[in-house]
Amino acid sequence: MMIKSYTQLLSEYLGPGKDKMSDSSEPEVVKVENLKVVYGDKVAIDGISISFKKHYITAIIGPSGCGKSTLLRSINRLNDLIPNAKVYGKVYFNGVDIYSKDVDPVFIRSRISMVFQRPNPFPFSIFDNVAFGLKVNGFKLTKDELYKKVKDALVKAALWDEVKDRLDSHAYSLSGGQQQRLCIARSLAVDPEVLLLDEPTVSLDPISTARIESLLRSIKDEYTIIIVTHNMLQAARVSDYTVVMMPDDHMVGRIIEYGATKEIFTNPRDKRTEDYISGRIG
Amino acid sequence: MGYPILTEIRRSRVRLKKVLDRLLPVILSIAVFLAVAILASLLLTVIISGGHRLSWNLITNYPSANPNEAGMRSAILGSIYTVGLSTLICIPISMATAIYLVEYSRGGKLSSILSYNISNLAGVPSIIFGVVGLGFLAYWLGMGRTIITGAFTLAILTLPLVTVTSVEALKAIPDDLRHGAYALGATTFQVVRYVVLPRALPMMLTGGILGISRALGEAAPILVVSGLIFIREDPTSLFSKFTVIPLQLYNWISRPQQAFIELSSAGIIILLLVLLILNGIVIGLRYFLIKRAGQL
Repeated sequence: MMIKSYTQLLSEYLGPGKDKMSDSSEPEVVKVENLKVVYGDKVAIDGISISFKKHYITAIIGPSGCGKSTLLRSINRLNDLIPNAKVYGKVYFNGVDIYSKDVDPVFIRSRISMVFQRPNPFPFSIFDNVAFGLKVNGFKLTKDELYKKVKDALVKAALWDEVKDRLDSHAYSLSGGQQQRLCIARSLAVDPEVLLLDEPTVSLDPISTARIESLLRSIKDEYTIIIVTHNMLQAARVSDYTVVMMPDDHMVGRIIEYGATKEIFTNPRDKRTEDYISGRIG
Repeated sequence: MGYPILTEIRRSRVRLKKVLDRLLPVILSIAVFLAVAILASLLLTVIISGGHRLSWNLITNYPSANPNEAGMRSAILGSIYTVGLSTLICIPISMATAIYLVEYSRGGKLSSILSYNISNLAGVPSIIFGVVGLGFLAYWLGMGRTIITGAFTLAILTLPLVTVTSVEALKAIPDDLRHGAYALGATTFQVVRYVVLPRALPMMLTGGILGISRALGEAAPILVVSGLIFIREDPTSLFSKFTVIPLQLYNWISRPQQAFIELSSAGIIILLLVLLILNGIVIGLRYFLIKRAGQL
């Protein structure tokens, strides 16, 4: 058997995504303009301008400490929760600047939901975990409607078949991979427009990872997905567009390249991107 | 291989490590044994000295000059009223303080100044709180040297302790859970109400137990606030005069007759029983909360 080269592997992974950057007429759900985030006196990211297109999966890749998660957390104002974090610049969600004074971050977060690195289900039953978002967002639902919403979310997160007989079990009785899919279901239940995922498979085994990747592909027609990942093959497998971030000389994270995933992986314009995806740096 | 001296050193180091590894558990268990032995000898002394004095008289009778009839009815009621009331005052306030410090003003300047001062307050001698109770509550606010003043004094005394434990309880809840809830569009109130509190409450109640135990054992501040030791009537309202068990014991111990010394030993046993019962109630509540938090 022939040993395949890394580039060969990559090109096989590359799904039927976009070949080229599409024309700019496609709707942008989230648009970031000249974003700068500072923690205390340390600048985490600076000069970030990028837009995320509706109903596509965009991957953000880059070495540790390049500000991938910071960028992600700026999109749903989760950085507000970190003391000493300051955000400059603009983030538009459907044309509205989410950092303007009259925008309620709580509302933004119910429209732009997020899944974290480590599965963090609440210490309730499986059912209550999924219903939590509906409850806190004040959905007035009958019992049947609630059940249907919870079921829909679990089906979308490819978890329904495994838990349908034990919805009342504690969420901690699930395996790590199942817990993470539960967290995705929880996020989908509030019917967000954008789903942010911060290295969602980093603590999972390959089989669980594959499940989550295939579920992401299966729901991308309904949601705009932005996924931060360490794993370049994962970016290649699931995303349509890829953002490459890299810290500069002062360890300030910046975007060095953005384009269709196929382009980035087969024909990177930036030398550093090439080095990074071929494993020479990072 | 070619350096016999080096391997010699290494071997002796390994031997030292092995000896330490064997020795350490022995030293540690001696420490545990000492602590338990001291406690056991105290209990034993008290039981030997006062065991035969245990009787219903002790609980049902008022204090008396005759040791065979003397009881501590008024002190037991006084303790239950003041400590119970102070718990009702202290636990909600300290929980609210802790929630504000950890969940609302996290990382702020105000929060760190407050936390620092609360920790300091926990170390203030209890007599100082007694003086505050007497000067501020009893005279300045005109509440008199009554049960309610005693309860508030004990509440102020235990507040820092319970607050500090509550803060630790809240901090022990991983931020992952909070962020998970925020990321679904929950408000801070909802995060606290549905995610943080159900998990933190059991540990917060542990702080409550500490507070109750401390309040029940305090004699000094109550001596200042109440001043009374010899009371031959039940407290009937929040504005009754009162005394507490530790004060009654203090009174008996300071008498010359052997019989009263024995009586005070019996009183200590009663005090321990009251403590166990009050703590048992809170532990039961905690168990119930843990079970409920597990299922919801």
